[in-house]
Amino acid sequence: MKYIVLFIFSLGFWLLLTFSLSIQNIIVGVVAALLTVLFFGNLFPDKVVKLLQPQRYFWLIVYLFVFIWECLKANFDVAYRVLHPAMPIKPGIVKVKLSLKTDLARTFLANSITMTPGTISVDMIDDLLYVHWIYVSSTDPEVYSKKVAGRFEKYIKKIFE
Amino acid sequence: MSELLDILLYIQIALCVFCLYRIIRGPSIPDRMVGIDIFGILVVGICAILSITTGKTFIIDIGIAWVILSFIGTLTLAKYLGGSNLNE
Amino acid sequence: METISVILIAIGILFNLFGCIGLIRLPDVYNRLQSATKCVTLGTCSILLGVLFYYGFIDIGVKALITIVILFFTATVAAHALVKGAYKFGVKLGDKSVKDDYKEVKK
Repeated sequence: MKYIVLFIFSLGFWLLLTFSLSIQNIIVGVVAALLTVLFFGNLFPDKVVKLLQPQRYFWLIVYLFVFIWECLKANFDVAYRVLHPAMPIKPGIVKVKLSLKTDLARTFLANSITMTPGTISVDMIDDLLYVHWIYVSSTDPEVYSKKVAGRFEKYIKKIFE
Repeated sequence: MSELLDILLYIQIALCVFCLYRIIRGPSIPDRMVGIDIFGILVVGICAILSITTGKTFIIDIGIAWVILSFIGTLTLAKYLGGSNLNE
Repeated sequence: METISVILIAIGILFNLFGCIGLIRLPDVYNRLQSATKCVTLGTCSILLGVLFYYGFIDIGVKALITIVILFFTATVAAHALVKGAYKFGVKLGDKSVKDDYKEVKK
């Protein structure tokens, strides 16, 4: 089942990328999509039923808006720190405890953390995510876990789990 | 309007000089790799602006290919930096 | 429509400029990577959005939109790999650093 879904995804991506509906183009796309399924099919997530649940798409759209807002905030934050003559930075690596279970959700959380103000994810070992933070504002694990990951965790949990 | 776009294009090209400074002067090897990574993303911006100023739409395809190739190059460099095997 | 696209491209180049200044000014590898990745990625996305507004939803506009999606995923993953590689290579955190939880893991 998941192989069929992956085939449809890669064929659609190919058609968007080349943007023409001639017969030769579709044949090349089918061959390329088959090769993709053959080589990378076992890496696709197993539970394809989740793709058919509409409330996940609703939360995805909400999450996109939150994400874009955080991105803009991140840029103004970095611009402020870079242009300030004294450069108010206080960098350090902190560890954050994760409550997400599946791999896909964790990947999305790590990517989101990299794009948010002042943080970049370094490594993930078991349940701990190591994050490089440009301005460590508190030393209490509870506070900074909430500050770094809490903004996205609730949305990602609703989308991917 | 097109003169303004030309000026913006020149500014974008001038930004690459900052990256070249970091690549040449970087005190350690990871500094140079950061410079190379950022350079790759800036070139995509140049491709996007060129596709408007010259009117040739195929240049954006070069941009897509450049994003993916620069990504693979950076991953390989980072793996080399970590001193691990490529199958990790 | 042309005016909106030129404004978007100008904003993108402004963000690129901030990122490149950060690349020059900040003290160590990790901070440089932070400022450069965030600002340059969003700036380039803004430029590509300008291309989309200039041409509308024909083939080149859709390609620009696809490039934005690819760029977001590749830039974050590349930054992650570079940080991890730099730490394994043995680059120390800068003088201003206050905390390093990752040190005991590497032992």
